[in-house]
Amino acid sequence: MSDLKEQILKIYPDAVFEEGECLQVNVAEKDWFAVAGSLKNELGFDVLSALVGMDWGESLGVMYYLTSTSRQWTVIAVKVMAESRDDAYIHSVSSLWKVANFQEREAYDMFGIKFIGHPDMRRFFLRNDWVGHPLRKDYDADPALNPIRMDDETNEDETRSFSLDADGKVVENPGKVFEENEYVVNIGPQHPSTHGVMRFRASLDGETVKKVDVVSGYIHRGIEKLTEKMTYPQILHFTDRMDYMSAHQNRHCLCMCIEKALGLEVPRRAQVIRTMMDELMRISSHLLSFGCTAMDLGATTAFFYGFREREMVLDIFEKTCGARMSMNYNVIGGVIADLHPDFQKDVKELIRIMPERLKEYHTVFSGNVIAKNRLVGVGHLSKEDAVNYAITGPSGRGSNWSCDCRKKHPYAVYNEVEFDEILLDGCDSYARYMVRMKEIEQSCRILEQLVDNIPEGDIRAQVPKIIKLPAGRWYQQVEASRGTFGVYIESTGDKNPYRVHFQSPCFNLVGVMDLTCSGYMIADLITIGAALDFVIPDIDR
Amino acid sequence: MFDFGKWTSAFNDLLLGTGMADWLAVLIECVIIAVLILGVYTVLALFYILYERKLCAWFQCRLGPMRVGRWGLLQVFADMFKILIKELISLKGTDRFLFKLAPYLIITSSVVMLACLPWGNGLQIIDWNIGIFFVLAVSSVGVLGILLAGWSSNNKYTLIGAMRSGAQMVSYEISLGLAIMTIVVMAGTMDISKLVLEQADGWFIFKGHIPAIIAFLVYVIAATAETNRGPFDLPEAEHELTAGYHTEYSGIHFGFFYLAEYLNLFIVSGIASLMFLGGWMPLHVPGWDGFNMVMNWIPSPVWFLLKAFFISFVIIWFKWTFPRVRIDQMLAFEWKYLMPFSLANLLLMTVCVALGWHF
Repeated sequence: MSDLKEQILKIYPDAVFEEGECLQVNVAEKDWFAVAGSLKNELGFDVLSALVGMDWGESLGVMYYLTSTSRQWTVIAVKVMAESRDDAYIHSVSSLWKVANFQEREAYDMFGIKFIGHPDMRRFFLRNDWVGHPLRKDYDADPALNPIRMDDETNEDETRSFSLDADGKVVENPGKVFEENEYVVNIGPQHPSTHGVMRFRASLDGETVKKVDVVSGYIHRGIEKLTEKMTYPQILHFTDRMDYMSAHQNRHCLCMCIEKALGLEVPRRAQVIRTMMDELMRISSHLLSFGCTAMDLGATTAFFYGFREREMVLDIFEKTCGARMSMNYNVIGGVIADLHPDFQKDVKELIRIMPERLKEYHTVFSGNVIAKNRLVGVGHLSKEDAVNYAITGPSGRGSNWSCDCRKKHPYAVYNEVEFDEILLDGCDSYARYMVRMKEIEQSCRILEQLVDNIPEGDIRAQVPKIIKLPAGRWYQQVEASRGTFGVYIESTGDKNPYRVHFQSPCFNLVGVMDLTCSGYMIADLITIGAALDFVIPDIDR
Repeated sequence: MFDFGKWTSAFNDLLLGTGMADWLAVLIECVIIAVLILGVYTVLALFYILYERKLCAWFQCRLGPMRVGRWGLLQVFADMFKILIKELISLKGTDRFLFKLAPYLIITSSVVMLACLPWGNGLQIIDWNIGIFFVLAVSSVGVLGILLAGWSSNNKYTLIGAMRSGAQMVSYEISLGLAIMTIVVMAGTMDISKLVLEQADGWFIFKGHIPAIIAFLVYVIAATAETNRGPFDLPEAEHELTAGYHTEYSGIHFGFFYLAEYLNLFIVSGIASLMFLGGWMPLHVPGWDGFNMVMNWIPSPVWFLLKAFFISFVIIWFKWTFPRVRIDQMLAFEWKYLMPFSLANLLLMTVCVALGWHF
C-alpha cells in the first residue's frame, strides 16, 4: 500500500491520505480532472467501480471508488469536495470513464452537483421540473413543492452542459437530445419487453436505430434516502427489492458491509449457507434470463421450459426462507433461519436434472438457426468498452473481461470451492447469453461441492441489541447475478447510517444501451436488452 | 362418395317449384349461403382459437383454459361475448374513416376466400374457371386493410408494423403464387372443383413427386409468412411493437383482426389441402379396394377439415417453437432463397409435365 502511496504522491504531490479499509486519497476539486487522468492512464485504475454523491454538511462532494485490473484488483477511494455548497460543481470524469456518464447524472439529480464538461447534464431519475435535490441533507420534502403532476414534461428534448468561464463561474450551455425532424419511437415505459417500467427513446432511420436515450426513474423508490432514517437491521429488506433476481447476493453484500464495520465474525455454517443460497439465486436468475431472452425473440415455449426449472429453485427458497421472492434471509451476523430438512435432498435433485435440462434448452433454443442469426454478432461491446463502462457480470464476461468478484475479492467460502470463471470472446448478445447458460453449470458445480459439506454450528453470530457502526466509511462488493454489486456505507457512529449507496450492476448495463444498439435494428434493441439482462428496480433504487 | 350437390339442387328445385321467379330463388339462396358462411366463419374461428390455445398449452407443459366449461371448451364463447360488448375506442388524431374501414377490408377478404374453398363433394360456393387465381387476388386485399389500419391509427408502432406487413406480404405472395402455379401447371386447370376431381386417382403431392413436395414445403413456409404467424409474426411482433398494426383497436374491431388471423390460418391450410392433399378427396391406394371403400365412407367435408386442421397444426407448431426472424433476414430469405428456388421448381415441374414424368 505504501508503494501505491508513493506512486500517487508522484503524480499528485498535494495528496492527503486517510486511513480506512482501503487507501483513501483526498483530492482538491481544481486538480481533480488532471489527477483522474493520471490515475487512469499512469497508475492503471481503469475501472470506476462506484461514484457516490455525498452531502458532508459543510460542502457537497463525491466519493470515487477506483479499481485497477492490472494491480490485482486493488481498490482505492478518492474523495473530492466541491468548493462551495451553493452552486457546487466538480469536474466531470465521464470522458475518462464512460460509466460516469449516468453516475454523474444521478449525483446531479440527487445532490445538485454540477459536473463541468459533462455532455448531457439532465436529471436521471426525477422529472425535469422537480424542485430540490432529495439526497441533500437540507432537502425540503414538503409535498406542496412537488405535487403529483398530471401534465407531461414539456422540455424532454432539451439538455445542457456546464462549463467554467474565465472568472471561474459556471456557465450553462443548452443542447438538444434529438434533432427536430428525427423519428423517435418510445420503447416503454409500458412495453412488453423492457422487463419492467423502463423507457427508451429510440431515434430510427427506417428500422435502424440511430440513438437510444434512456429515461429512467419511473419506479424510483428513494431507497437511499429512506435508509438514512432507519436503523441497520431495518434497511436490510430494501436489498431484496432492488434486483429481486439477486436478492440473496444483494443482501449478503449489505450484511457483509455492516459485519465488516462491526468486525463481526460470521459462523462457518452461515457462510456456507449464504454461498449456497447465492448460487441457487444465480441459477434462478440465469434461468429467468434464458426464458426472457427466448421470449423476447418470440420463442414463447422456451420461456416456459426455463420457468419449469426455476420453480424448483423457488420451492427450495420457499421451504427454507418462507418466501419465493423477497426472501429476507440474510441478517447481520448470519442467516435468519436454519435450513429446511429437505434442503439437501432438493438441491441434489436440482443438480441431478440440470445438465439434462440445459441440453434441452440448447436443442430448443440456442441451437436454433433463427436464434443464432438473431444473437450472433448483434450488440457488439468490445472488451475496452466493457471495462470503460464497468459492465461486469455475465455481460462483461461475454466480452472476455475477467471480472468475477468471487475470484477477484473472494468472500464467504468462494475461495474454498472449485469453479471456473466463464469467459467468451464473442462480444455479442450470443456470448452474453452463453455465459449465463454455462454459469448455471458452474453454480451447480459449487452447490455439488458444498451440499454434503454443510458444517454444524450456529447460523448467526451474537450481535448487540442496538447496532451502531463506528464512524467511517466502508465499501463492499459481491458478485450478484448480473454483475458486481456494491454497498457503500458512511457512518457517523449513530444507530442509523449517514449515507448508504447501492452500486447496482444494472445501472451500468443500461449505460451501454446507446453504444450497443446504434446501427442495429429496432428488433435488435429488444434482444440486446434481453441479453444484457437488466432488472429495472435495480436501476431505479 | 355422397354428392352434396343433390341436396343443393333439390333445394333449388323446391324453391322454383313454388312458382317464384328465378332471380328471387337465387336471391334467397344467396342470403342463405351468406348466413351459412358467416356462421361457419364464426364457428371455425372459435374452434381455431381454442385449438391453438390448447395446442400451445401442451407444447408449453401447461393445461390451457380449464375453468369455463369442461376442459375450457366454453372459454372461447366467454371471450367472444367479452369482445362483443367492449367499447370501441376512437382516438384523437386518427383518420376516422380509414380507421373504421380497415377491419372490414380484412374480414371481407378472408370471408370471400373462405367461400372459395372446396368444402366437400358438391359443396362448392364460388366455383369458376379462374378459382385459385381469384383466391390469390382476394388475399391481396387483406394487406390493404393492414396497411390502412397501421397508417390511420396515427401511432408509430402501428406504422412500423404496417410497413413490415406490407413488405412481408408482398414478398411472400410471390413464393406462394409460384408454389400454387407449380401445381396448376401439373393439373392444367385453375378451377377449384376440377383441381379436386383431378386428384381422384392420387393427391398431387404423390402425383407430382419431387417438384410437388418442394412446392408444398415452399407453400407452407410462404403461407406462414402470409398469415403473419411466427416465426414471421413481425407485423405484430408483440415484444417489439406491442401489438403491431392493431395496437389501437379495441372491441369488435380488434376482434375482426383476431378472427381474420385465425381464419386466414384455416384458409391457407385449406388451400394447401386443396392443392396438395386432394381437397375433400379421400385417401385412395390403388389396388386396396377394401381400404378405399372404408375411406369413401368418411364424409367428404370431414376429409377436407381434417387435412386443413393437420396443416394448421404444423403452422401452429412452427409458431410455438421458433423465435422470430428480423425484417432484413426475412426479406433476404424470400428474395435470395425462396423465390429463386420456387422459380427453379416451377421450371422443373414444367419439364416434368412436358416429358410426362409425373404420375
